[in-house]
Amino acid sequence: MQGYIYPNEFELQWSLLIVLYPYLTGLVAGAFILASLERVFNVKEVQPTYRLALLTALAFLIVAPLPLLAHLGHPERSYEIFMTPNRQSAMAMFGFVYAWYLMVVLLLEIWFDYRRDLVLWARADHGWKRWVRYALTLGATDLSPRALKFDDSAGRWITVIGIPSAFLLHGYVGFIFGSIKANPWWSSVLMPVVFLFSAIVSGIALVLVIYMVTTLMRWKSIDMACLDKLAQFLFYALVVDFSLEALDFIHRLYEAEESIDILSLMIENRLFISLIVLQVVMGTLIPLVALALTSSGLRRGGFIRTPPQLRQLIYLAAAVLIQIGIFSIRWNVVIGGQLFSKSLRGLTVYKVELFGIEGLAMTVGLLILPFILLWALVKIIPPWEESAPADPAAEQTA
Amino acid sequence: MADTRHDEPPREGGVDRRAFLTDLTAVCAGTPLLLGLVKISNAVPVPQEGGAYDPTEHWYGMGVDVERCIGCARCVVACKAENDVPPEPHYFNTWIERYVIRTNGDVEVESPNGGIDGFSEIEDPSTIRRTFFVPKLCNHCANPPCVQVCPVGATFITQDGAVLVDQDYCIGCRYCVQACPYGARYIHPEKHVAAKCTFCYHRLRDGLVPACVEVCPTGARIFGEPEGRPTPLTRFMRFNDLQILKPYLNTKPKVYYANLDFEVS
Repeated sequence: MQGYIYPNEFELQWSLLIVLYPYLTGLVAGAFILASLERVFNVKEVQPTYRLALLTALAFLIVAPLPLLAHLGHPERSYEIFMTPNRQSAMAMFGFVYAWYLMVVLLLEIWFDYRRDLVLWARADHGWKRWVRYALTLGATDLSPRALKFDDSAGRWITVIGIPSAFLLHGYVGFIFGSIKANPWWSSVLMPVVFLFSAIVSGIALVLVIYMVTTLMRWKSIDMACLDKLAQFLFYALVVDFSLEALDFIHRLYEAEESIDILSLMIENRLFISLIVLQVVMGTLIPLVALALTSSGLRRGGFIRTPPQLRQLIYLAAAVLIQIGIFSIRWNVVIGGQLFSKSLRGLTVYKVELFGIEGLAMTVGLLILPFILLWALVKIIPPWEESAPADPAAEQTA
Repeated sequence: MADTRHDEPPREGGVDRRAFLTDLTAVCAGTPLLLGLVKISNAVPVPQEGGAYDPTEHWYGMGVDVERCIGCARCVVACKAENDVPPEPHYFNTWIERYVIRTNGDVEVESPNGGIDGFSEIEDPSTIRRTFFVPKLCNHCANPPCVQVCPVGATFITQDGAVLVDQDYCIGCRYCVQACPYGARYIHPEKHVAAKCTFCYHRLRDGLVPACVEVCPTGARIFGEPEGRPTPLTRFMRFNDLQILKPYLNTKPKVYYANLDFEVS
């Protein structure tokens, strides 16, 4: 503790779990927007990651509300958010935005995209998988060209609806923080936009890492055209994200409102590692330079010609650094916003506990859980090209 | 009462000394009684004619005279006893801050255990420009951000202007604690719900003033209604220059400070 803080401010209200929540929803929104690149904007190169991105979004979306639930003082009353929402409250809309995104966007899109394959797999399978896959078709086993055409156009329309929904999902998380006028670190109209672009950055980076790792694990060769395109989009998103962050920073510095002294002190004394070192240098500037030089973001083939293997490594390293940077952004927003007193006269400290419901162990567990879910999803509805069911042409002629 | 201007020269045909002294005695004896009556009649907010308390007839607020506060923190102790506030430090419905303004403009603020443990001796007294105590509590804002953000509507503003928490309904998300600019809320460590000053709402309904107002030995806290019926607060607001905390946030606080310095945040 340093200076004066209000007596009730000794306890930090939102802990590591609340850092995790915007991180997870950001990955969901980002992965979905990547998937929509292929579906709506016809970026054909990233096609190998389309289904993988959708499944990743689903796995992380299922886990996203768990840290919130674990954090509530009375989780058994959480259903009241649905039953008697306060329509003035940004947080009350969480349940509806989440339900909309899960039910209407993600699950429906995945179902329409996989329906044909599910039917074909179910016909060819034996044992429990056959029944699971049959159940997942919800009984809609019509594979006539008309039905398949409907699947395709329905999927496309859901993606069109899904893009603003993904924006809503994560922009809204930014609004939860940005609309708190009591907190000068949070209160910013740019907050939802910054959240959104950092979400896109983190989602693309995550899918890039998962795509590379899963491809290597399956002993397949990486599609370099796809990877280059991913890196290119990652670079663009990172440029926009960094520009917005810089704009926010310069704006605060230039306006120099009454909170500027305490916020500067906080950055120097409390957030130096997480903000300057991890977020800006390691998480943004290094990947930005690496991608600018090697990806096709600024110049076709990059400024430095690199062999594919080296480029893969650079992309992988950049994507991992970006993940660390984005997690630091969430940390700096959530924890940083609570490290200074609203009296603007002092700083407090946050000590992460190791175990316990809001501890480090729980956070790591909740970070691993989406990958376990993703593994299970991949087992039931594999997104790989080689897992595609046998050509149904024979069936159609029959 | 204006008759007690005895430094005025006696006018022609004025009262004689004996009559004057008699009157003076009567006035001296009568004034506190009269004021006491006024105080009681005004401080008791409940006209019990119909029997039941009608919240629509009231709109409460509080005045704080910074110059009168001596930092004894009896209000903090009384509040903890009256309202089931956890006894340990860092949970307060109300607390006392001591400000020390140095001659170079430096500001030192402290509130050790909300003021209950007393305040440390001020170092280097020769460099003090001003020093004063500021009682703090929930401002029972007319435009409360805490009520706006509560996802389930567990915190609400009553018809008589108190901001309360329904502790059987609160889900403990802590959003209201974040939204309060004044640090007036905390999470009750045993109940795991938001807690705060209630203006001693249970006492108001019985026609009593809040515990902190009741015990203040110097009358630094003045309770009543800022508009409508005449109360001690009405008088306080008429005769003092008033300030509210963080007016730029448009929360419309109903705790009004007199003699507040600009350093107070």
